[in-house]
Amino acid sequence: MTSAAAAGSPVDGILATATIVLSLVLALWSLVAAVRHRPPDRLQFVGLAALEVALLALAVVALVALGGGERPGEPGAFFGYLVTLVCLPPLAWVLAKMEPTRWGSAIVCAICLVTPVVVVRLQQTWAVLGG
Amino acid sequence: MVETGTPERTTNKGPGRLLIAVYLLFAIAATSRAGLQLATKFDEAPVAYLLSGLAAAIYIVAAVGLARAGHAGRRVALACCSVELIGVVGVGVLSLVDEELFPDETVWSEFGSGYGYIPLVLPVLGLLWLWRTRHDTD
Repeated sequence: MTSAAAAGSPVDGILATATIVLSLVLALWSLVAAVRHRPPDRLQFVGLAALEVALLALAVVALVALGGGERPGEPGAFFGYLVTLVCLPPLAWVLAKMEPTRWGSAIVCAICLVTPVVVVRLQQTWAVLGG
Repeated sequence: MVETGTPERTTNKGPGRLLIAVYLLFAIAATSRAGLQLATKFDEAPVAYLLSGLAAAIYIVAAVGLARAGHAGRRVALACCSVELIGVVGVGVLSLVDEELFPDETVWSEFGSGYGYIPLVLPVLGLLWLWRTRHDTD
């Protein structure tokens, strides 16, 4: 609609979608593990690492766009969400290592459910959809 | 001490760790949101933003209380969860009755609907967890 929307948001593309999908798959996988009384397995940690790489890539894309003169609709909130976002998988990692029981898997699940919400909020604060 | 045969239970192990994780997430969310609101547009809705700040502080203290476990930690967590429950229900009712009072959203507005009602469920889970683990500390 607006020229800004036409130019496209740096946090709204295949990469952002990939982080959301990966996070949800990981949430489902760890939920199954929690229900089956399984502690966080190798796949959960690999998944968290992959998620973190994808989120860091997203952050780099956003920072490059900022370097190129583009500006988010709500800069303060945008940076808040961006910093929070890249901290989530490490938080899940540390807590899951501390809790090698089914509850560790539940923690991974909870944080992986929150991550997509933060990605969507990040997109909203770039575009300013009433947010 | 009463041993029920279940593995050792303090507030910072097992399900408690999950609870602490969720409290941490809310502490981060509420703190950053309140910080931003207080810093950039305090005049627009001082009551709502101060309340967000208060909620944020309570989430942080509750998380620390649960994580520290022990007597003091439990008492702190109990106080925080109680205040939270009263806060979320009170603000929830007030935000429905008098919309003027909270022109902008807080974590606790409309019983935390903006956060999937988790702010309403969280203190209840916290209190239940404190109750479940009540015999564990000396």
